[in-house]
Amino acid sequence: MAAAKPKLAVWKFASCDGCQLTLLDCEDELLSLTHHIHIANFLEASREVVPGPYDLSLVEGSITTNHDAERIQKIRQSSRFLVTIGACATSGGIQALKNYADTDEFIRYVYASPGYIKTLSTSTPISSHVTVDYELRGCPISKTQLLEVINAFLTKRRPAIPDQSVCMDCKAKGTVCVMVSKGTACLGPITHSGCGALCPSYDRGCFGCYGPQGSANTTGLSARLKSVGLTDDQLVRVFRTFNAAAPAFHDAGLAHERQNETN
Amino acid sequence: MKNPEASIPATHPSPYFVRFDIEGLKRLIETLKQEGYEVLGPTVRDGAIVIEPIESVSQLPCGVGDEQSGGRYRLTQRSDRSRFGYAVGPTSWKRFLFPPNRLLWRATQHERGFSVETPPVDSQRRAFVGVRGCDLAAIRIQDRVFCGGANPDPDYVSRRKQTFIVAVECGSPVQTCFCTSMGTGPAIGDGFDIRLTEIPDGENPYYLGLAGSEYGAQLLSQIDAIQVNESEFAERNAILASAAAQITRHLDPDHARAVILENPEHSRWDEVASRCLTCGNCTQVCPTCFCSTVDDVTDLTTGVAERSRRWDSCFTMEHSHVHGGAVRRSPRSRYRQWLSHKLGSWWEQFGTAGCSGCGRCIVWCPVGIDLTEEVAYLATKRDAPPEDAP
Repeated sequence: MAAAKPKLAVWKFASCDGCQLTLLDCEDELLSLTHHIHIANFLEASREVVPGPYDLSLVEGSITTNHDAERIQKIRQSSRFLVTIGACATSGGIQALKNYADTDEFIRYVYASPGYIKTLSTSTPISSHVTVDYELRGCPISKTQLLEVINAFLTKRRPAIPDQSVCMDCKAKGTVCVMVSKGTACLGPITHSGCGALCPSYDRGCFGCYGPQGSANTTGLSARLKSVGLTDDQLVRVFRTFNAAAPAFHDAGLAHERQNETN
Repeated sequence: MKNPEASIPATHPSPYFVRFDIEGLKRLIETLKQEGYEVLGPTVRDGAIVIEPIESVSQLPCGVGDEQSGGRYRLTQRSDRSRFGYAVGPTSWKRFLFPPNRLLWRATQHERGFSVETPPVDSQRRAFVGVRGCDLAAIRIQDRVFCGGANPDPDYVSRRKQTFIVAVECGSPVQTCFCTSMGTGPAIGDGFDIRLTEIPDGENPYYLGLAGSEYGAQLLSQIDAIQVNESEFAERNAILASAAAQITRHLDPDHARAVILENPEHSRWDEVASRCLTCGNCTQVCPTCFCSTVDDVTDLTTGVAERSRRWDSCFTMEHSHVHGGAVRRSPRSRYRQWLSHKLGSWWEQFGTAGCSGCGRCIVWCPVGIDLTEEVAYLATKRDAPPEDAP
């Protein structure tokens, strides 16, 4: 008897759906993938939901409500491996900007009847709530890396996804460093690779979509960015984007905020 | 490491030492292409002089110079029409001998078992046009790494054998250069098929070409050229002397070796680590850094597994990852590892320093960390004497 196909589930929390869409975007690979895995729960693709447990759960989005904080516990319990996909699930996402602001004030601005809104004052990554087996970076994630993670987990091997700076990709591609050759502010040296060094390839500095690399020296880079003209106020915003609450970027954002206040 | 011949000019005019103009250079490139060579040479792209496949002499930078310092590189306009009037850029020749990515083998699953295929070694003929003395020395250093020892790298060996080198002596060093310290330039003694010296001469630069191999002599004989005379030879020597005089950065390789190995606990390592971004740029632009890692990938849908090699860096945490975690967790230990290997333990391993004095690691470090400055600091300010000191 042939072994049952492993079951894959895709879950959504606070997010824009872009990372889930990356799976749907695997047009050439998706059909042949279904010969080897059973897509058991993926509401963006199919209404059919096969109950758990699941061999691999891909989790998109961050935790911003009590309801979601409870839901992720149940998902963890029904998942053999749990992998977060994207910046929201891995670091809290762009919505973690609320961590640095007054949530009630946000709600009053946005909603006509704020009384219906029940939300936490923070956006937190999945790893703040449950054990995570692997975190796939990116805003959005890379399709190639997503397929690599699925392949790796289902064949019980380590994903071949390096933890290194974006610079390593620039150099492998032969992209000329925008910071050295043009003085463009770039987060590449402290950012995790994975995008294929997209922005520098189009003559832009890196925005840090993949979050901090394993040993991000934000202080060292900030000193350099100040020398090309960035102020503390600007540096707060440089670090507070899609991965604002990732520890290294969080600390850097706070440091520049304090510095800006004392200036 | 020191190449005493580098500072000694070619003895005297000879039939294999000829003068030609830009038309001659054009003819040389055309001939190489006709001979089946992929011609790689300097060209301007994205605000830098990079090394790429070129089709004709018109793609060489014309009248372009450069300014380089720690963490900064800018192109400038020269007052002449030199094609080689600049120092080394971000690309080193290693990417054509030791490419950033290479498939090592591929295994395919069948009904019963699997088969493994190894891609053939690269056998494309390549001509490197515009190799500077520092880069020629760097190729020699990598030759020891990849061609020596019990396990030579077959792909590197094959690529190297198919390489035709047109070296160009350097008349325009920048302030990050220190080839004179490492004995690698600006003059070039040997190790080339053809050596060129560019004499700028305003609108019409001309070239002094010296054959360094029989094949080089054969190609030079096909160019409309005349024998170099004494005054042209003197002109070359003056250009090289002027270039050497412009190089003020200094590093004594023997001293550096001792200083680094004697100071493993110096507080300077902490200081440099506070600036180092551990991004790995220095190692990637370095023409001698040879570290790589392998990735194994499998594909559920095709039943194919692949192992490929890619450039790695001692600045990544994963580089020293063994069972239980990374050995060099602190940025301090990683910077120290790089510098101690490059200027220190490389000697024990390969019999030379691992540095050619090209200065790329200084320029392309986003924060401009300068190894010559670090060595000088370690040498003069010994705040942590060795433990066994009396």
